[in-house]
Amino acid sequence: MIAYVVRRLLYMIPIVFGVALLVFALFSSVGEDPVRNALGPHATAEAIADLERKWGLDKPLPLQFVDFLRQIVTFDFGESYNTGESLSEIFRRGALVSLSLTVPPFLLGIILNISIALLIAYFRGSWLDQASTVLFVGSMSVSYLVYIIAFQYVFAFELDWFPISGYERGVDALPYLVLPWIIIVVVSAGPDIRVLRTVFLDETRADYVRTAFAKGAGEGSVLFRHILKNAMIPVLTHWVTSVPFLILGAFLMERFFSIPGIGDTLINAVNTGDRPILMSLTVLIAIAYSLFNLLTDVLYAYVDPRVKLS
Amino acid sequence: MSAAAPPVQQPVVGQSLGARAMGILRRRRFVLLSFAVIGIYILIAVLGYAGLLPDFQERVGESYEPPSWSFAKLLGTDIFGRSVLYKVLVGTRTAMTIGLVVAAISIPIGVGLGAVAGYYGGKIDALVVWLYSVITSVPSILLIIGISYVLGKGLVSVCLALGLVGWVGLCRLIRGEVLKHKNREYVLAARLLGAGDGRIIFRHILPNVLHLPIVTASLMILGAIKSEVILTFLGVGIQDGDSWGTMIQDATGELAQGIWWPLAGVTFAMFAIIYALNVAGDALRDALDPKLID
Repeated sequence: MIAYVVRRLLYMIPIVFGVALLVFALFSSVGEDPVRNALGPHATAEAIADLERKWGLDKPLPLQFVDFLRQIVTFDFGESYNTGESLSEIFRRGALVSLSLTVPPFLLGIILNISIALLIAYFRGSWLDQASTVLFVGSMSVSYLVYIIAFQYVFAFELDWFPISGYERGVDALPYLVLPWIIIVVVSAGPDIRVLRTVFLDETRADYVRTAFAKGAGEGSVLFRHILKNAMIPVLTHWVTSVPFLILGAFLMERFFSIPGIGDTLINAVNTGDRPILMSLTVLIAIAYSLFNLLTDVLYAYVDPRVKLS
Repeated sequence: MSAAAPPVQQPVVGQSLGARAMGILRRRRFVLLSFAVIGIYILIAVLGYAGLLPDFQERVGESYEPPSWSFAKLLGTDIFGRSVLYKVLVGTRTAMTIGLVVAAISIPIGVGLGAVAGYYGGKIDALVVWLYSVITSVPSILLIIGISYVLGKGLVSVCLALGLVGWVGLCRLIRGEVLKHKNREYVLAARLLGAGDGRIIFRHILPNVLHLPIVTASLMILGAIKSEVILTFLGVGIQDGDSWGTMIQDATGELAQGIWWPLAGVTFAMFAIIYALNVAGDALRDALDPKLID
């Protein structure tokens, strides 16, 4: 087990290296020249050279890449081109905001979607099953943008139940977050429930289900005590691997509701050519993703005795 | 010749996978309707390239006329008095182009790399797995934004960006299936008969996993259509305005003034094609996946 985890951690090195290479190749050219951007059109050649030296842009590209790798290894990512703030500070602040936006609907969604999917699996083949399929495929066929625009218009603008946009630190953030939470729950219902329904229905064909029925267990008991437990493995993978992306926040949501999370920071960084933010954030998310993948595999072995890690 | 010919004994013909699939699909009316919708959208795209769609830049009425019973004003007019319907049609051309081109880029890459990795194993496999692990570790939206910056914004780079990111899932599926197939007896038999690697992969193994790209294709197309709208909305997608994303962007401000029809028009157009592709994808899976055949 420990040997397995160590081997997997070592395998992360080539992956993070690949991500760093990819990110460096892609984002080194995003936006305008950052030095000119920062200093304005009337900068002297000397000032430009100074700033280039400060940001390490005077070095040849391979050396810049080595610098970037050093930042990743030491977890010291330097500072933003635009504000001069340290990146760790920006990430910490943004991550808290993003998590407050994405975690509550994520947890609520897990409970809600599993319950609805179980209900549908219970009534499989009935009109409820068919109607819900039509409804959820329909809900998946509307653009995410349209959900945000329509909900913001109806519930914040017309009905005035929620503020239209904005954010405050601490507990005062709550009124601003409720509507985005609702939208995330509504949007995630369709795809999640369809996956879960398939998983549950696949399980109903398994031998142990027939055995359970044969020894006289009722429909409800089979569904909750047998199927739900066994279905946890694919369900677990489905959700654990999406955890790292919660840090990324729901960037469209953050944009529409002016919530200053990581997603909004990233999109701003794209628009303003703030390469350090883009590059280091992407690498951080990739590291988190690899770690959570590893976690999924370890959990797999934990919940399913048939799985052996090797 | 006598009038009564002896009855000919009909040979028992096994049904091919394709014929069986067609049989299943033909019996379901809703599925047929979905394929018809997809066909109509492709037709609109083709008409667009042939220059047969009405000019969406032309004024057909006053600014912000609500929908009424004339063809051009069926979905009302926009701020410049242009027909919303015509704009939706031009957007359809863009969306279908992106959907189909992205699938045309992703599927060969995914199938090719997946088959080669699964078949040869070893270093080649390690390289392909490394490549897709790297790509899945990066949030795709950032990757796509990065690629479209490198290539310059516009239709071509959106297609390339989505295509270069979209092959990963299919590649993983194909690799897994080829891994299973390469040790089966029919592959061994082919090798004993002197078939080379290329012949074994393309003539023997690939036909057995071909349902995967077919089923994935409709999901790829709808994914690309949805992504294009979001990319264009964020300003890194289509630049010349003939996209559903641009229309949704404009609609955000208009809704507060009570102008609901441009948003409703685009939403309905997107809804129809994405619903149809969803249904088509499910139906193709039901009909083609050998695991679901009893």
